[in-house]
Amino acid sequence: MATKQRGNKMSARKKVGLAGTYLLWSAMTVFTLGPIYWMFSVSSRSPVEVFDKPSLFIDSFYWQNYLEVFEDRVVRGYLINSLVVSTTNAVVVTVLGFMAAYAFTRFKLPGADSIFFWTITNRMGPPAAFILPLFLIMTQVAVAGDWMLFDTRIGLILIYCLFNLPFAIWLLKGILDGIPIELDEAALLDRASRFQVITKIIVPLSAPGLAITFILTWIFAWNEYLFAATLSAANARTITTRLAEYVTTTGTNYGELAAVAFIATLPAIIFLVFIQRYIVTGLTFGAVKD
Amino acid sequence: MKKISSNRIGWAFLSPSLAILGFVGVLPFLFVIFIGFHSWNPFSAEKGRQFVGFENYQLLVFDPLFLSAMGRSILFTVLVVGLELVIGFLLAQSLVADFKGKAIFRTLYILPLVVAPIAVGATWRLLTIQGFGPIPYFLKEWFGYDFNISQNTFHAWTTIVVMDIWHWTPFVTLTLLSGILALPKDPIEAAQVDGASKWQVYRHVTIPMLMPIIFITVFIRIMDSLKTVEEVYMLTNGGPSSDTTFIGLHIYRSVIQRTDWGYGSSMSLLVLYFTIVVCWILFNSISSRTQKAK
Repeated sequence: MATKQRGNKMSARKKVGLAGTYLLWSAMTVFTLGPIYWMFSVSSRSPVEVFDKPSLFIDSFYWQNYLEVFEDRVVRGYLINSLVVSTTNAVVVTVLGFMAAYAFTRFKLPGADSIFFWTITNRMGPPAAFILPLFLIMTQVAVAGDWMLFDTRIGLILIYCLFNLPFAIWLLKGILDGIPIELDEAALLDRASRFQVITKIIVPLSAPGLAITFILTWIFAWNEYLFAATLSAANARTITTRLAEYVTTTGTNYGELAAVAFIATLPAIIFLVFIQRYIVTGLTFGAVKD
Repeated sequence: MKKISSNRIGWAFLSPSLAILGFVGVLPFLFVIFIGFHSWNPFSAEKGRQFVGFENYQLLVFDPLFLSAMGRSILFTVLVVGLELVIGFLLAQSLVADFKGKAIFRTLYILPLVVAPIAVGATWRLLTIQGFGPIPYFLKEWFGYDFNISQNTFHAWTTIVVMDIWHWTPFVTLTLLSGILALPKDPIEAAQVDGASKWQVYRHVTIPMLMPIIFITVFIRIMDSLKTVEEVYMLTNGGPSSDTTFIGLHIYRSVIQRTDWGYGSSMSLLVLYFTIVVCWILFNSISSRTQKAK
């Protein structure tokens, strides 16, 4: 009797805890999704309805906001630029970051610690600090005849390495640190080539980490605004710059602004859903080792 | 740990990254140092670039606009990093145990992390805009409270801090959670067997082992919140008056809008220096702690 009562008490306590967890996470979900839902809700309103009093429900959907965006050739160009720049940049930094991380974890390079910290410092400066010198370099130094690096996709791809490459190196170094170097040594003793060691052992073992690196750097590049806004003029402008253009012009069409914000957010959300299960275990930056 | 010799391959692997970072990182950095010693505004009366030595820096140390923008950025960083660390840690803790629907809650919760900063600013502007923004509307309707971020400094700051918490706490939760999940079980179990209370285990075993990942999280967040620009630019554009003009926005305006290239360069150099010093201190304390752990 006594033990039974005690058992009930314990489970009641657990139930309260569980109910608390659900309460907490339901509240968090409302807090998290609220703003995103509101962005979507505003994108459903016509230019007239936008200024009605706020309603929590979407009664009618004004598709024109989205059609307007996709029918606009300029905005389509912005979307394509975003896609090309962020994909190429993510591929480049993942490959180079992997190579650098391999060098940092597998070789005893003199001054490696300082070089590693230096790579991270590239990510620290206020981006506004780099805009002016990059602008000058791209318009006056990196020039060949009529061509200049300014306002090109290649220019943006290179510049995004400034914040993405250090991040990729850092993340991948943490992951490669977790793969015992004895595996490399054993394979090398068995007369495997360095290339085989990397492609047959290291890459498969770090595949989830490489995927996370690719996707996170892709998202960072896709989301970047300041460099794209100041180092492109017409040809290489990305979708984030479009968003700011809405605010600076007078008579903002808030419905369309919200539609562009939603379109710009969607790919990243889709990507996130794919990697969410790996992201929890892959973000230790090599800080926790057993 | 013994590392494989033949460093030449190592350098070969490292060199492409170093070359690119040299081009987009070191070269502009040297440029910034150089320009910082000049007075240079291409659209001012005297167009050319003039060498002025340390004059920019002498002016900066007493420039109230620069100092107040820097002060706001530091206050903002302390506020958001502190709050995000506490909230993020509690939420990470609640995600350790399994419960039904955890994966869904977690996925929804980290959504803001991938929203572009400029879109975050736009979204919160839509939430707080006078007229049809739901936050001021319902505060007025239900409580008769006037909420106006374009006139009230406190409201503007509250919105920015809540926005940043909304945007970045998921990151803190994720890194701490991956740290907690990667902890070795033995020391915790050993402490439990020895009769330590739950709180004692926490205080003396779990938290010390988590310290490196906590440091790194704080490190990344300090780095990023000191250079916040886009969200604030979209939400308040630095207002009311200049009460939310953080240092990133201040530099952006000096360099791009006022084309004050020389002065802006020396400003950004000081900020970069400040960030590096703060992070270097943190970085060293991480290294010494992990060294001790080994």
